[in-house]
Amino acid sequence: MGFRIEKVNDVLVVDVEGQLIVGNRQELKQKVLEELEKGERKFIVDFEKTGYIDSSGLGVLVSLSKKIREQGGELRLANLNEDLRTLFELTKLDTLFHISDSRDGALQGL
Amino acid sequence: MAPDLILDIPNDLSSIEEAVDFVMQRCTSCGEDPRRLRLNLRVGLAEALANAMLYGNARDPSKRVKVEVAFQDSAITARVTDEGTGFDPLSLPDPTCPANLLKANGRGIFLMRKLLDEVHFNDRGNSVTLVLRLPRVLPDEGPEGGAKA
Repeated sequence: MGFRIEKVNDVLVVDVEGQLIVGNRQELKQKVLEELEKGERKFIVDFEKTGYIDSSGLGVLVSLSKKIREQGGELRLANLNEDLRTLFELTKLDTLFHISDSRDGALQGL
Repeated sequence: MAPDLILDIPNDLSSIEEAVDFVMQRCTSCGEDPRRLRLNLRVGLAEALANAMLYGNARDPSKRVKVEVAFQDSAITARVTDEGTGFDPLSLPDPTCPANLLKANGRGIFLMRKLLDEVHFNDRGNSVTLVLRLPRVLPDEGPEGGAKA
């Protein structure tokens, strides 16, 4: 379980493996902010291998999206399963994020 | 509530997953709608535990959280109690309104209320009771009842 980072063209893709919860949200935040500090501006968080996210995980995505946008960048989400998508819809965060069914879909236009 | 299961867990966020898994494994009467277990109960219970540890017990490692669970044919009831002074659950803002959508916090209790059929706080505000109604399986019919995710 953890976060795997890879560069696809000029987009930084973060794979969330397992969970994004109160116990590991700081780790994701730190990794992404480090990359933002290095100059990266295009980010995708890929949830293909993610089984579970809690409200803290949702919150860290909101926080990161805001910081990335303030730097002129963009954060997109990809591969939310049905359960994860439900949580985004309930909290209306599906209106805040660009959410794609696939990584390729998220990469298009980014 | 007469609990079938009582857990006394440390105020440690890393113990949440194990506690939730333990409760989920002991629910054997919910087979008709596994998604309500997997999503609704799991998320609701985990949120209640996180809130108890972070806010109720103020991250104090010397404090503990009590979890009581009752399994019935018609419902699963879970009560999570912390050792804090409590809070006013009516004072929470709506995280879905535009002014709050960009805030990082404030979605835990909202999710609990959306995913569970009943959410009750005691007067002090340091104990929350969650109820997930289970679908009744009628003869020759599918399951019915309960909040949908």
